[in-house]
Amino acid sequence: MNLWFVLVGSGLITFAIRLSFIAMAGRYQPPSWFVVLLPFVPIAALTALIAPDLLLVASQLSFGLNNPRFWAGLVAIAVAAWRKNILLTIGCGFVALWAIQALQ
Amino acid sequence: MNERRAAFWLGVRALLPMHLGVMPFGVIYGIVALQSGIPPLVAVLMSSIVFAGSAQFLLAQLVGLGAPALLMIGAAGLVNLRHALYSASVAPALEHLPRRWKLLLAYFLTDEAYAAAIPHLLASPRSRFAHWILLGAGFALWAGWQIATIVGVVLGAGLPTDWSLDFALPLTFIAIVVPLLTDRRRIAVALIAGALAVLLAGMPYRLGLFCAALGALLLAGLLPGKAGR
Repeated sequence: MNLWFVLVGSGLITFAIRLSFIAMAGRYQPPSWFVVLLPFVPIAALTALIAPDLLLVASQLSFGLNNPRFWAGLVAIAVAAWRKNILLTIGCGFVALWAIQALQ
Repeated sequence: MNERRAAFWLGVRALLPMHLGVMPFGVIYGIVALQSGIPPLVAVLMSSIVFAGSAQFLLAQLVGLGAPALLMIGAAGLVNLRHALYSASVAPALEHLPRRWKLLLAYFLTDEAYAAAIPHLLASPRSRFAHWILLGAGFALWAGWQIATIVGVVLGAGLPTDWSLDFALPLTFIAIVVPLLTDRRRIAVALIAGALAVLLAGMPYRLGLFCAALGALLLAGLLPGKAGR
């Protein structure tokens, strides 16, 4: 019973967060300093998701060969800057990751 | 009708590469949930009722630890706080839609669906069919997540999971973010967000992600340069 309460409660709170600004759109105009920052949201939020994955090994900054994700990430960033091709970026990133893992 | 269908499939296709990372993640969630003592039915339903990967992992852990119910719900909310930023980001493009569309798209507003759809929403903010892109991406993620959860619950720990396939997610996000870095200000925002996220990675409930994104966003307002697009 308790578990069902957690299930429904967590679902509702998650949904409410996702709905928040979408529901207010049109009825409430956010302040203009906030609106001009919105185009930066994908950059800020997605980079915040990526960076710890690439830079931390067991909560420590690591740039050595013991952190293949950092080097594979650099390869992926270079490929993404060179060609805006998602599959090519993923492919080159994985090849780099597995190659460095094989070197270890 | 064709334009709608085209937009929907554009969203589906933008999301598909992420399944490489999402599917193993979903399978592992299914396994972890069972190991924490969550009944199979609840574990599967959680993937459609909560529909948020990292929150579901955390809930599975907390159930295993026997945490109080309200604490678990609060923790799920904190983990998903970053989705409020996505909500603010897509809200202008969805403003004209009827309520049922807003409710449906809010339900689908995950990290992955947002990442898949946002380059298209930014590129053509006035498109009449932008919401179909988000719907396609959201539905594609949802379907994959449900399948992966069921596979994890049914097949359990017998699956090989060590191909580093989870790396597909950061790689896809890189492929999405790098082309958005079109000027110095955007590059600065990315560098600040990345540095803050690493500094704050120790915060509980993945709050570091939210604080880093919000911090970088607010600092972006202080940076010199022309605001907005």
